[in-house]
Amino acid sequence: MTEIVDILISASFWAAVLRIASPLIFATLGELICERAGVLNLGIEGIMVFGAFAGWMAVYAGLGLWPGVLVALLAGMAFGALHALLTVPFGLSQHVVGLGITMLATSSAYYAYRLALPEVTSPPRIDPFQPLHIPVLSDLPWLGQALFSQTALTWAAFACAALVALVLYRTPLGLAVRAAGENPQAVEAQGLSVAAIRMGAVIVGSGLMAVGGAFLTMSAFSSFFFEMVNGRGWICIALVVFGAWRPGKALLGALLFAGFDALQIRLQQTPMGQLVPYQVFLMIPCVLSILALILMSRRAEVPAALMTPFNRGER
Amino acid sequence: MTETKEAQDVVLRLSGITKRFGVLVANDAISFSLARGEVVALLGENGAGKTTLMNILFGHYTADEGTVEVFGQPLPAGLPGAALAAGVGMVHQHFTLAGNMTVLENILLGTEPLWGVGRGRAAARRRVLALSRDFGLAVHPDARVATLSVGERQRVEILKALYREARILILDEPTAVLTPQESAALFDTLRRAVAQGLSVIFISHKLHEVMAVSSRVLVLRHGRLVGEVATAETDRPQLAELMVGTEITPPAPTEARPGATLLKLKTVSTPARGNRTGLRGVDLELRAGQILGLAGVSGNGQGALADLISGLETPSAGSMELAGTEISHWSPRAALAARIGRIPEDRHRTGTIADFTLTENAVLERYAEPPVARRGWIDWSAARRAAEQVIKAYDVRCPGPETRIRLLSGGNMQKLILGRVLEAQPMIILANQPVRGLDIGAVTYVQERLIAARDAGAAVLLISEDLDEVLTLSDVVRVICEGRLSPEFPRGSKTPAELGQWMAGQGVPDAA
Repeated sequence: MTEIVDILISASFWAAVLRIASPLIFATLGELICERAGVLNLGIEGIMVFGAFAGWMAVYAGLGLWPGVLVALLAGMAFGALHALLTVPFGLSQHVVGLGITMLATSSAYYAYRLALPEVTSPPRIDPFQPLHIPVLSDLPWLGQALFSQTALTWAAFACAALVALVLYRTPLGLAVRAAGENPQAVEAQGLSVAAIRMGAVIVGSGLMAVGGAFLTMSAFSSFFFEMVNGRGWICIALVVFGAWRPGKALLGALLFAGFDALQIRLQQTPMGQLVPYQVFLMIPCVLSILALILMSRRAEVPAALMTPFNRGER
Repeated sequence: MTETKEAQDVVLRLSGITKRFGVLVANDAISFSLARGEVVALLGENGAGKTTLMNILFGHYTADEGTVEVFGQPLPAGLPGAALAAGVGMVHQHFTLAGNMTVLENILLGTEPLWGVGRGRAAARRRVLALSRDFGLAVHPDARVATLSVGERQRVEILKALYREARILILDEPTAVLTPQESAALFDTLRRAVAQGLSVIFISHKLHEVMAVSSRVLVLRHGRLVGEVATAETDRPQLAELMVGTEITPPAPTEARPGATLLKLKTVSTPARGNRTGLRGVDLELRAGQILGLAGVSGNGQGALADLISGLETPSAGSMELAGTEISHWSPRAALAARIGRIPEDRHRTGTIADFTLTENAVLERYAEPPVARRGWIDWSAARRAAEQVIKAYDVRCPGPETRIRLLSGGNMQKLILGRVLEAQPMIILANQPVRGLDIGAVTYVQERLIAARDAGAAVLLISEDLDEVLTLSDVVRVICEGRLSPEFPRGSKTPAELGQWMAGQGVPDAA
């Protein structure tokens, strides 16, 4: 027990929580935007992989870090556009399209990696985002290391959550997006284009997913390797449900999951870690997330038109 | 001079509107115009093309031929946004509201530029409140739509149009879901709107409303405009005849010759489920060649009784006898095997499968037995023949047996269900709200078929919230209230007022 307390009072634990949460925040927000507009985007896992690759590759090829993020964003939006085209105007099954996009994006990333670096055995490193030094705050004892030693991309993740909440709940655009996920007929009857709103939401959301993936290669680690996304996309889908389709709650969910994850990594290094197989520790965040999901999602209000295609002029 | 004035007064002109769905011509070269401050009723049977025409006007559909002019300007086709901008507002029959959002959000949706930050909510709320007051549309702007009653939701729909300063208001079957009091309030709102110079198109198939509200009546039949009369110069029988194409005579059942008791419930109770009332110690006898009409206010146990007879519910107490034998195992399949024909209350949800074809829907209850099934395989040509037989014998208007049933109007869907039930020559017919939402022609048709089935020896249980219907058709009337049944009243032995007392739970059980 004392080991857990020791971990919880260490500043590096809290710094790790924020770091681990960041990609989840980006991707969860992206998925949330898609689902709020009525489209389930199962392409998330693959789009994150491609974002991780594209951002990293751009920097490796000589672009700056922020242009690299932009490349990842645009790559994600491109896959989002494909997903949107197939699911919105064509009205295809969102499950099938999403899984297809995941497979396509993942293998495209691996293929492009092999094409670009055919001879390489261990992936080259880039200079990733460095922790941002904030005057005064970063110099605070304990707190400075725990909360204010993050990269600019982590701050961007939190800012993004605030922005998404603001747009969804305080602007006409957000109102239209939410209405498209609740009742597309209502949107149509008020003279707006359901297709444009849904496609826009999927494209923007997919861009955010790719930035979440890029965080892994450009901030958390400094190179790209296979399997690095490792199911984070699927976790984000659960986090959207956990957050009851609300950006604020989804942010909390991402932090909670990251907390469990950071905890299990540290527990592996304690004496207990010698006795228990490490796979058990790896399971902890997922098991606890499932439990939290069961508790939290009982009263969640699913967007009423989620996964319901809308065809104009159909009787 | 007068001609220019007339031209200015015309706010809307439809010219030669034609719309086809496959081979079905939903609208056939329809032209009419609407003047300022006028209420025009669009009257017609289900499937006559009223809603299609209005959906074209509002931009949900694009017409194959014809043009729409609003205030003298041609209206671009297929764009609800353009119709709204031109001053056309539509209250859809199936409301277009997002339930999980507030009234104000539903009204504001699409009224502000998407890429702006939006104007202040406070000003918008004040305007909505002012409109509510001016037009008598009481509804709280911050209420979540899902918590509102149907009447309140309709007020939100009207407010949506008024908020956009609509000059032409289309109401699609607005009273179908309203209580008489709510309908009266709606008519009051319409009068206020007209007083302010709005023009109204009112879709209905209820003649008394059309007579009460409109100044002019347009009658559609089979997609064609077949009549245009000033309301003051017509009467209900004439409108009914225009609408249906033939003279309407309400069914007049002959004396029943009741036979043996086919289904007997002895002090049967069923559990209450959620907010649905269960049955409480019900005794009931359904006799061959007799229609038993069950009157009562909705939600007093009708659902439980219907489910019980259909096999969806098993008694928690008491016993059931079918033609003299006690029923031990009861299920929907057992009910079918016992030749119980079921016309369910909700034809969309439980009566049909929307995306199945007419053929598939027609054999849903017989798919596992000959002639449809042969050695465990479905013989689709036999199934199609069965469907064609129903379509022909029951006058189901449709492009063909391979049409998905969702494309049919309510009346035609109900005819298919009726055909499916009656073709199986049922011993007992459970008709739960068989004519709800149907037009006169379809109502008369369904009722006549039920009487014919009775004369052929079937026992009919007619469940209806419409007391007039119960009194017209039933040989014996019973009233259900809070899961209990009144005694049997033979035809003509009770006045509607007396039955109303029973419906309100104030009947005297001992007197009978």
